[in-house]
Amino acid sequence: MAYLLTLLWIIVAVLVSLGAGWCFRAFLISVSSQNMAKVFRTAPLTASFGLLVIAIYTSCAVFAPLIAPYGEAEILSYGFEPWSSDYWLGTDNLGRDVFTRLIYGARNTVGIAFLITALAFIFGTIIGIYTALKGGFIDQLLSRLIDVLMAIPSLIFSLLMLTIFGTNVISLVLVIATIDSTRVFRIARAVALNIVQLDYIEAAKLRGENTLYLIIREILPNALAPLAAEFGLRFCFVFLMISALSFMGLGLQPPSADWGSMVRDNADLISFGDITPLIPAGAIALLTIAVNFVVDWMLHRASGLKD
Amino acid sequence: MSNVIKMILKRLGLGVLTLLLLSLLIFLSVEALPGDLAETILGQQATPENVAAIRKELGLDLPAHTRYLNWLGGMLQGDFGNSLALKKPISGLIAPRLQNTLFLTLYTACIAVPLALILGMAASLFRNGYFDRISNATALSAISMPEFFIGYIMIYFFALSGYFPSMANINPNTAFIDKLYVCFLPALTLTLCVTAHMMRMTRAAIINVLALPYIEMANLKGVKPRRVIVHHALPNAIAPIVNVVALNLAYLITGVVIVEIVFVFPGLGQLMVDGVKFRDVPVVQATALIFASAYVGLNLLADIISTITNPRLMRQR
Repeated sequence: MAYLLTLLWIIVAVLVSLGAGWCFRAFLISVSSQNMAKVFRTAPLTASFGLLVIAIYTSCAVFAPLIAPYGEAEILSYGFEPWSSDYWLGTDNLGRDVFTRLIYGARNTVGIAFLITALAFIFGTIIGIYTALKGGFIDQLLSRLIDVLMAIPSLIFSLLMLTIFGTNVISLVLVIATIDSTRVFRIARAVALNIVQLDYIEAAKLRGENTLYLIIREILPNALAPLAAEFGLRFCFVFLMISALSFMGLGLQPPSADWGSMVRDNADLISFGDITPLIPAGAIALLTIAVNFVVDWMLHRASGLKD
Repeated sequence: MSNVIKMILKRLGLGVLTLLLLSLLIFLSVEALPGDLAETILGQQATPENVAAIRKELGLDLPAHTRYLNWLGGMLQGDFGNSLALKKPISGLIAPRLQNTLFLTLYTACIAVPLALILGMAASLFRNGYFDRISNATALSAISMPEFFIGYIMIYFFALSGYFPSMANINPNTAFIDKLYVCFLPALTLTLCVTAHMMRMTRAAIINVLALPYIEMANLKGVKPRRVIVHHALPNAIAPIVNVVALNLAYLITGVVIVEIVFVFPGLGQLMVDGVKFRDVPVVQATALIFASAYVGLNLLADIISTITNPRLMRQR
C-alpha cells in the first residue's frame, strides 16, 4: 500500500512539473521578443521545466541572504529538531536551520560547480584549439598525454590529487578543473580540427593575423554551438562529482553549507524514517535532470533531427 | 588468424604502456609533494637526524628512478609498502577488501547486464511508443541522480520496512547466501546507476543496425519484429553492446566507492577514501593503481572483443 501511495505521489509530481513547465513556457513566450518566442515555442515541456528549475536555482543562489530566514552557520537550537513553523525543515545535527542551509547550498555547491566548469572550459578550449591550429609535435605530445590522463577514472584521479594537495576549496577547484579540462580539450580539438581546414582560416592566416586572434575571433565563434551543449553536460558531471566528494567529506569544508555534506551529516535520520537528508540529495538530482533536459533539447535543435 | 593475434598483441602492448605511464604518473605526483614523506610521518618530532634516519629506512635517500623501479617491482609482487596511518603492510589491508569489492561488482554485473540488455531490446522493439518514452525519461533521470541519493532512497524504502539490512556488514566468514542477502541493497543501487546508461546505449546500437537495408529486406519478407531484432539485428549489434557493457563495468569502479560509503561496506573504495582523509599516501597510491588498472583492463577487453566480433574492423587494422 505504501509503495502504491509513493507511485501515486511520483505521478502527481511529474504531472505538476509538466504543468509548471507549460506555464513557464507560456510566460517566456509572452515576455520575450518575437524571435526568441519562436524558439521557445518549439521547446518540449521537459525542456521548459528544466529552464524553470534552472531559473529558480539561480535566483536562490543570487538572493540567498534575502530568502534564507537565518544565518548560514547560525546555531539556533539543539540538534535534529523536527519540522515546525520556526524551522521549516527542522535543524541539522548541530542545530542549524536546514532550510537556510539548503538555500545557501545552492550558492556554494552550484556556484563552485559553475566556476570549475568555466575554468575547465577556458583552459580546455584554448589549449585544444591551439593544438588543432598548430598540429605537429605539440599536438601529438599533448594528445597522447591526455589519453593517458583520461585512462584514469576521474573520481579516482581527483582523490589521488586531493591527497597530495590537501582538501580545501582552492585545491578542489583547481584539481577538478584540471581533470575536467582534459575532457574539454578532446572535444574542442576535435571540433576545431574540422574548422581549421576551412578557407577563411587560411585567408586570415595569410592576412597575418596572430594566433590569439585566430582562436578567439575566427575559430571560437564557429565552435560555440557544440561547445555550449558540452558545457551543460560537463556542468552535470562536475556538479555530481563535487557533491560526491563533499558527501565523502572531501569537498567543501564546514561551516559553509553544501548539499553533499548535508546529506552525510544527517544521514542517520533516514533510519528513523525522516526524509530530511533526502531533500538536499534530491535538490542535486533535480538540477542535474533539469540541465540534462535543456541540453537534450539544445542538441536536438542543433542536429536538426525532427523524427 | 595471425592477423588477429597480432592485433591483440598490439592492443595489449598499448594497454601495458598506458599502465606503465599511469604508475609513473601516480609515483611522480607524490614526488611533487611539498616536503617529503619522512617529515609527514614525524610531524612535530622532525629533527634533522630523525628525518635522515627515517629517510634511510624508507629508502628515500635513493635517487628517484631507483625508488620508482623498487616501488613498481613491489607492486607487481603484491607488496604495496606500509600504511602511514595504520603502520601495517598495505597488502594485508587490501586483500580482503579487494575480494569484497570484486564480489559486489560481479553481483551487480550479474543483475545489471541481463536487465539492461532486455530493457534495451524491448525499447528498440517498441521504439517511439510509450514504453520507449517512459523508459528513456526514467533512464535520463536515473543517470542524473547522485549515487548516494539512490542509495539512501533504497534504504528508506527497503531497509526501514525491515526487508533488507541497511548496513552491508560482511566478513570473510559470512556464508555465500548471507552475503547475497546482505549485499542486495548496495548491488541494487549500483544496478540502478549503471542500467540506465547501458540500456540507452543498447537501444541506440540496435536502432543503428535497424536502419540498414538488410533489415528492411527481412521486414519485407514478413519476418516477425521480435525475430528481426533477436536474429537479424542483435548479432551485428553485439560489438557496440559489448563495448557499452565493459565501459559501464568500468564506470562501476567509481560508483562503488560512493555506494560502499553509503552502506558502510568494507571494500576498497572505503579504504581509499579513508586514505585520502588521513593523507595516507601509500594507501591511496596502491588503491588508485588497482582501480586504474581495472579500468584500463576493462576498456582493453571491450576494445579486443569488439574487434574480434566485427570482421570488418579486423581487416582494416
